[in-house]
Amino acid sequence: MTATAVKIPTPARSKTAIIDCDIHNNVPSEDALYPYLPERWLRYGERFGVRSYRYSGAYYPRANPAAARTDAWPPTGLPGSDLGFLREQLLDAWNVEYGVLNPLIDDGAPGQLNLEYAAAVATAINDWQIQEWLDPEPRLRASLVVPYEDGDLAAAEIDRLGGDSRFVQVLLLARTGEPLGRRKYWKLYEAAERHGLPVGIHFGGLGGHAITGAGWPSFYLEDHVGMPQTFQAQVASFVFEGVFERFPALKVVLIEGGLAWLPPLMWRMDRAWERLRDEVPDVDKPPSTYVREHFWLTTQPMEEPPKREQFLQLLAQLAMDDKLMFATDYPHWDFDAPDQAFPARLPADLERRIMNGNARALYRL
Amino acid sequence: MNPDVGHGIVDCDIHLVVPSIEVLLPYLNDHWRAYIRETSFKGPIDTSYPRGAATSGYPQTDRPDGAIPGSDIAQTRAEVLDAWGTEYGILTCAYAVESVRNPFAAAALAAAVNDWQLREWLDREPRLRGSVVVPSQDPELAAREIDRVGDHPAFVQVYLPVRSEALYGTRRYYPIHEAALRHDLAIGIHFGGQPGNPPTAVGWPSHYVEEYVGMAHVFQSQLIGLVTEGVFDRFPALRVVLIEGGVSWLPSLMWRLDKEWKGLRREVPWVRRLPSAYIREHVRLTMQPLDAPPDPARLLEVIDHLGSEDLLMFATDFPHRHSDGRPDALLHGLPEPLKRKITRENARAFYALP
Amino acid sequence: MKHVVASVDEIPPGGRKIVEVAGRSVGVFNLEGEFFALRNSCPHQGGELCRGPLSGWVSSRGPGDYDYSRPGEILRCPWHGWEFDIKTGQSWFDPRRVRVRSYEVFVEVSAPPEDDAAGAVEGPEKGPYVAETYPVSVERRSVVVDVPS
Repeated sequence: MTATAVKIPTPARSKTAIIDCDIHNNVPSEDALYPYLPERWLRYGERFGVRSYRYSGAYYPRANPAAARTDAWPPTGLPGSDLGFLREQLLDAWNVEYGVLNPLIDDGAPGQLNLEYAAAVATAINDWQIQEWLDPEPRLRASLVVPYEDGDLAAAEIDRLGGDSRFVQVLLLARTGEPLGRRKYWKLYEAAERHGLPVGIHFGGLGGHAITGAGWPSFYLEDHVGMPQTFQAQVASFVFEGVFERFPALKVVLIEGGLAWLPPLMWRMDRAWERLRDEVPDVDKPPSTYVREHFWLTTQPMEEPPKREQFLQLLAQLAMDDKLMFATDYPHWDFDAPDQAFPARLPADLERRIMNGNARALYRL
Repeated sequence: MNPDVGHGIVDCDIHLVVPSIEVLLPYLNDHWRAYIRETSFKGPIDTSYPRGAATSGYPQTDRPDGAIPGSDIAQTRAEVLDAWGTEYGILTCAYAVESVRNPFAAAALAAAVNDWQLREWLDREPRLRGSVVVPSQDPELAAREIDRVGDHPAFVQVYLPVRSEALYGTRRYYPIHEAALRHDLAIGIHFGGQPGNPPTAVGWPSHYVEEYVGMAHVFQSQLIGLVTEGVFDRFPALRVVLIEGGVSWLPSLMWRLDKEWKGLRREVPWVRRLPSAYIREHVRLTMQPLDAPPDPARLLEVIDHLGSEDLLMFATDFPHRHSDGRPDALLHGLPEPLKRKITRENARAFYALP
Repeated sequence: MKHVVASVDEIPPGGRKIVEVAGRSVGVFNLEGEFFALRNSCPHQGGELCRGPLSGWVSSRGPGDYDYSRPGEILRCPWHGWEFDIKTGQSWFDPRRVRVRSYEVFVEVSAPPEDDAAGAVEGPEKGPYVAETYPVSVERRSVVVDVPS
């Protein structure tokens, strides 16, 4: 008997149509954005390059090149930069009904220290997304990249494209210059609320601070595992600054932050609020109430407790069945496979909501 | 005596408060006495516990005796040791010497606090055990202070504020861990600290309540660092207790750290077992606060998720008040053997108490 | 059942070939002239294990010490980077989660690690998983994999 070489890609592994809430599209190389940049900023970029916090001393060699699955490199260019390859390896292979693009291009717009350049790069990325991704592929939706460290500039970009329904949320990165509840971000939330867009906060970013409240760790493992602490600080800031009292229609999606830290954070915040609420009189409901009303969570990286019933207990502790949304994080190395990621079998109705129903409702797909 | 915990408990977090720099003057040398007098230096300002915050257990003006809670041995005896039927009580002192930028002044103040603690508390009250206060921002000077007083049998641990300039797992702090081991002391990492850098990954929060809530995240970062940077591999006998940092977050941290270690361990090959295995072997947590779920059935779930009954140690955290209930209310409904472990056996084993 | 999957020349030392036999995808590796076969599916989330990078084993005497040995013998899953010994299929960690039932016959739970003599490089803790492996033989310049039907 002879063997045949295996055919790649394999047929779709998921029977359920999924909505993938975290896909990273990228430029094949940096000059792909040039046609979308005005002359002034094109020259600026060429002469001075990226000036961001990343290059002020915060580098860890990562697990894999481009932090990608090693099998996600297209024939040419970076992982996530080739629509045809992405269709084949992700959209077709996994029966993706809709996918939400979250471009993290180099430092993207928000990482730039020059805020006007940041705004120009954000505009270029969004125009590039329309032309190269949203127009040619109807299954794709995108997050709007904004220079979020400046409320006015961010609001202007949201107003510019907020009417295009293929942009389904505003993209922020978890590591910001200040806690996200503070006033400097309010204009952004006001604009997002005006256009009915959720604000998505994705793993990563650099705001000029160490990733811990106790300085810089030495290793990528710590940097990577440290992101839940960053998300926790942001959730506490949103709640205790009273952001949801000011913007009652604001919806926030926590992307690639995990789930398991949230129940204990709610317990801790509720107890602290009982004791210390006289400091924050605008916050007149228990913090967990705001969390369960205003926050959505993507599932990747999936929590993997040692026993499968513990995963179900975690979901019960969360009590946010209508707020959990599946994501693969393609093409990154910590990709979650739709058919095998869950450590325990979920009730069919809950599984359907996580795989597509909740995202369909939130993003109005 | 308390019906729920019975007689003979070990209380792992009783605050010792320096009421004013005046009490330290007898323990400082001529230079520092003159310097403090001439500059009107009042000592480090305690921002970790705002005086009017309900969690801080102040204001002292509410108290009939007018004493600053935690600064008067008669009061601590009456309200903590006698009231709880305490067999051993571990003193923790949050005097923020780490906020004093002059490392020599910080070291002098730390030494004065330790001598005051020894003379006026530990020598006078056999139920008490002490924590060595150190200028943690300068590990070499900290190690020198540990060597100076560490052999006194009443000291059982080194006190480190959880907020620090760098993670305690990094090489910079080896001198402290080495000195602690030389004197068979545990490392007690405690709520608070004023190292100058922000308490979150996204800078300075506006409110104390955020800082208070966020302190748990700094504990999480320190714990990740201790395991990953290899401290437990380098110092296999090291014992660490996380004090007043909350408990219920620990399962989620272990799950995440274990998961990511599987794919990234090549970067830190000295971490040879699941990170959670190091944590269960080397680390303990005080139980006040616990940050328990509102539903008591879920509390048993959280304790099950810890994966060990040896990790928790009872504390009153006098005079701080993290909830309206009594500290022992958290134990209500736990099985008796577990209650005994939490209130006595775990701490006796961890601190090797007689 | 035995399957001819390649000629010896097709898979040079350090090389690999991914083939389909008996309805499953299998990676065949040549380590210095010796052939090994593993199922092309990671027991974690089903990534195509045999397309992952080949590397060595990194061990340590303590923080800062990196000892690189057995180059080319450790296969890392292209997704999450879990490491497998090509020669045995042994995983080098402790996933605990038993969810790939077809592997149950290969599961062996390891004893706790023993402390070696001082200074020696301790081995890692073996995970309870062994990725499915198949006997490989060379017959008349052909590589033959024996896969149960």
